[in-house]
Amino acid sequence: MTLTIDVQNLTKTYRVHQKKEGLKAALIGLGKRTYHEVPAVQGIDLQVHQGEFVAFLGPNGAGKTTTLKLLSGVINPTAGHATVLGHIPWKRENAYRRRFALVMGQKNQLWWDLPAQESFRLHQKIYRIETEQFDRSLNELIDVLDVSKLLKQPVRELSLGERMKMELIAALLHSPDILFLDEPTIGLDVVAQHNIQQFLRHYQQTRKITVLLTSHYMKDITALCKRVVIIAKGRIHYDGSLKGITDQFGGYKILTVQFADDIESPPDLSKYGTVQSIQPPQVTIQVPRAEVASVLSHVLNQHDIADVSVEDPPLENMIAEVFSLAAEEENAS
Amino acid sequence: MSAWLSMWWMIFRVSLSEKLVYRVDFMLGTLMRFLPIITHILLWTAVLAAGDGEPIGGYDRNHFVAYYLLVTISRAFSSMPGLAAGITEEIRDGAIKKYLIQPVDLIGYLLLKRIAHKLVYYLMAFLPFALIFFLGHEYFDGWPEPSILCAYGVSLLFAFCIGFFMEATLGLIGFWWLEVSSLLFIYMLITFFFSGHMFPLEILPAWLRPVFDYLPFQYLAYFPAALFLEKMDPAQMTWGLWVGGFWSVFFFLTSRIAFTLGVRRYSGFGG
Repeated sequence: MTLTIDVQNLTKTYRVHQKKEGLKAALIGLGKRTYHEVPAVQGIDLQVHQGEFVAFLGPNGAGKTTTLKLLSGVINPTAGHATVLGHIPWKRENAYRRRFALVMGQKNQLWWDLPAQESFRLHQKIYRIETEQFDRSLNELIDVLDVSKLLKQPVRELSLGERMKMELIAALLHSPDILFLDEPTIGLDVVAQHNIQQFLRHYQQTRKITVLLTSHYMKDITALCKRVVIIAKGRIHYDGSLKGITDQFGGYKILTVQFADDIESPPDLSKYGTVQSIQPPQVTIQVPRAEVASVLSHVLNQHDIADVSVEDPPLENMIAEVFSLAAEEENAS
Repeated sequence: MSAWLSMWWMIFRVSLSEKLVYRVDFMLGTLMRFLPIITHILLWTAVLAAGDGEPIGGYDRNHFVAYYLLVTISRAFSSMPGLAAGITEEIRDGAIKKYLIQPVDLIGYLLLKRIAHKLVYYLMAFLPFALIFFLGHEYFDGWPEPSILCAYGVSLLFAFCIGFFMEATLGLIGFWWLEVSSLLFIYMLITFFFSGHMFPLEILPAWLRPVFDYLPFQYLAYFPAALFLEKMDPAQMTWGLWVGGFWSVFFFLTSRIAFTLGVRRYSGFGG
């Protein structure tokens, strides 16, 4: 597979003005300002091949969006090197800008007071898309996203979900080879989220384009991405498959036991693991992965059980664990 | 070349459509701009009356009225409402990112948007302008020669270029300062007095006048008006056009430099 994104030791440090509280500090700040450096991205290495759908996960301020901004050429790095499709992003060459798209869930790129159709026409000219290709792409995207009735409506009058669909159309009209998505489903209701996820999956699978996605919604990640990069405090802490997170960080399983009788106080299972909840006749405990078989055998032998289930812990919990491990490591260093 | 032209033509068309969305507001705003002319005329009529009608700086009442009417036209070309503040706001809230990721030149894009804005303004203001100039035609000594009219057209073009590129440069300072409202206030204050917007520059002390010939401000309002009223000899006119041309190129370059350097230090605010 062709290497599409090659990032080596990429670093971005922001210089941030520190403003103390109060009028006196404000007056002092007129003459002498204090700055401190915020390392947003700290020497990351990343290789992404053509056709991969990669999720960037991390808490707020982890460096996800900064990485996307660096790769799309919006900002210049402090150090390090990156090539995307053979171009250095921050040179902002038109030849590169015609080959990628960046969609930011919190930013509107369409003309606010005009129907989306006019923005699309403008994109056609800006990206120099042949009329035939433009019509074909537009019709296909309109059909898949089911927005034909909204094209003549000013963008300001569209709902958030409808607007995001229009943003995606505008971003994909020039058939980019790489799509950077920064929280594309933020603020959307579950139906709209689902529709966008379905669309992105379909589009990526049919076009085999490379997609980098940041999102706080685990459903986006599990629905779309096979590869996950966990970034915290500007450093990559995990780069691998979704399943690999469970193997690496899911050191326990969730055992849910439903007792046969409608008992008011189920037996104490704390000797087997950490009790998570007691909702008679059901008890949920967290059991170390290596002990699951023996615990299960004990419980089944010693109690009258109606039902039992063993599950991996929720992905959110494992990722939160990675985040806190990363924070601990960072504080220790 | 044709793809390039086609892109800029589309940007212009879309900008024009956008300007026509809020046409009532735009129309009212356009009409309100004529009110200050009346205030100026009344003020200078009173000043002249107090001096027994003696001309001030070579301007009698008729010339004052004609001057203010012509300054309104100069400013219709050189004033750029919301340009610098708009650029700074887009830098601050991160909206400028969309220009950085698309294969389009930000300054060219803003220039075409502004030309579209101006054209809609001229369209709306044409009838009121025609009416006012028809009512006030007696204040003029007649049409100047064709060569002066041509020079007048060029001076208006320079007024537009200086106004646009100077304000764009100020707006792009937002890459460093994030907030330029104080700077814009100073700029407005300077142009208000030193562009000839408030009074003809002949009123200033004689020793100060040559300084203004070298500064860019008078080319925003005074110079085109004084040229039309034939307040200068051909040598001064030619010199003025060269200086106006110089400042147009100068601010074009400063805007490009400010953009290139500003983008390098841009932090991509606003998520």
